[in-house]
Amino acid sequence: MNEDNRTHLLNSLKQGIRADGRSPEEYRDVTIETDVVANAEGSARVRIGDTEVIAGVKMAIETPYPDTPDQGNFMVNVELLPMSNPEFESGPPSIDAIELARVTDRGIRESKAIDTKRLCIEEGKHAWGVIVDICPINAAGNLFDAASIAALAALKNTKLPETDKIDDRLIVNYKKKTDESLPLTKLPIAITINKIEGFLLVDPTSAEEKAVDTRLTVASMDNGELCALQKGGNGPFTVEEIEQMIDLGISTAAEIRKKL
Amino acid sequence: MSYNERFDKRKFDQTRPIEAKAGVIKNADGSAWFKIGKTEAFAAVYGPRDLYPKFMQNPSTGILRCNYNMMPFSGSGDRVRPGQNRRAKEISMVTEKALLPVLDLTEFPNAVVDVFIELPQTDAGSRCAGICAAAIALADAGLPMKDLVSAIAVGRIGDQVLVDLSYEEEAFEDDPVADIPIAVLNNSKQISLLQMDGEVPKEMLIKAIKLGIDASKQIHDAQIKALKDKYSGDSQ
Repeated sequence: MNEDNRTHLLNSLKQGIRADGRSPEEYRDVTIETDVVANAEGSARVRIGDTEVIAGVKMAIETPYPDTPDQGNFMVNVELLPMSNPEFESGPPSIDAIELARVTDRGIRESKAIDTKRLCIEEGKHAWGVIVDICPINAAGNLFDAASIAALAALKNTKLPETDKIDDRLIVNYKKKTDESLPLTKLPIAITINKIEGFLLVDPTSAEEKAVDTRLTVASMDNGELCALQKGGNGPFTVEEIEQMIDLGISTAAEIRKKL
Repeated sequence: MSYNERFDKRKFDQTRPIEAKAGVIKNADGSAWFKIGKTEAFAAVYGPRDLYPKFMQNPSTGILRCNYNMMPFSGSGDRVRPGQNRRAKEISMVTEKALLPVLDLTEFPNAVVDVFIELPQTDAGSRCAGICAAAIALADAGLPMKDLVSAIAVGRIGDQVLVDLSYEEEAFEDDPVADIPIAVLNNSKQISLLQMDGEVPKEMLIKAIKLGIDASKQIHDAQIKALKDKYSGDSQ
């Protein structure tokens, strides 16, 4: 972001208003639709203003890892599709894409929202692997929150597929879904709070993201406890700011959780 | 046994239900969404824009670059691993060749027009759906075009020629099957994509292609409607 735009943004923040008329703590409209991809075991479309992402869950039967023979596996992945933003490039994932994917993954993983022991089918032999993939359709700011909300909504929407046993092998029958949901015990949501000079704001647009000095992703659960944090951006922050950012992250997550 | 009635009761020259929309991705210079049966494609056009690395630039014309990608959860079976596999690279290439004949990029020397095709949900005919979406998106981007391109799969099952094969039909086992994706230039009725997998006598192939040219009208209508829906409101 060039200096003029930054000065303009700061001047309006001093008056408590952003370019699109929102206050610093105001979110754009959020809509969550589920069951949007028939071939996925669970799916969701999340829109935050002009930002739109689709999340899809694929289930597979895997051999459990030797050190956790009684547990299934779980992973969240985010792709920065070049379709969704002119600045995203084709090719191997950039460091931004990797951070986004890992932060989204940790927000859910560390809450232990998915009881991986209940994903085990037969100890040491068969367990469910759950992979959530998130694909932006239009990336217009705040993919961090959009990805987290979409991942959780898709997991909540998931129905396990049927399985067929052929000899000793267990095979997924993707054509038929059971009415069994995933063992989801909590509802973790990661909200990223952004700092521009002394101002804290939620749900930045693409233009605002370019001006952000420091951000903190705050993943919290339905009981209000934290389950993951990630500081990003080039600038530092004070302990007081960390406290404010966490409070804002938890209260924003609670608002969005009502829409699930 | 011959294939007398389609699994989904369609007529042999009838496509699955089609829906299309133009201008669905705000960030893009042109975009579209195209759905045929359960197959869904998004297409976004970016450009004409600067092309790097520089040695790829062509001083006499702009170039077209297409990228076809299935979203990891879009397939009916296992997850599709992210990143371009051989199949996706080949489809990207034939998509480019299917669209090139209608585009004139000589006004944009050294530039590139990028077309990104993403499939959230597939059930046979995904390359054709991608091309149909891309054609709408290119028109939405306001690029100089001589024509629209409408792509459709045709084929045969036993003695029967048919259009827009479903996944079940592609996998039919009791009779010989041929799956033939084609792209039709609507005004000249020329063909800009032709692939074939399976067995088919020459006469039957020609009959199938002709059936496809007729059926492409159903797709063309949906593409035109998508563009009119977006632009007729603006002009008044």
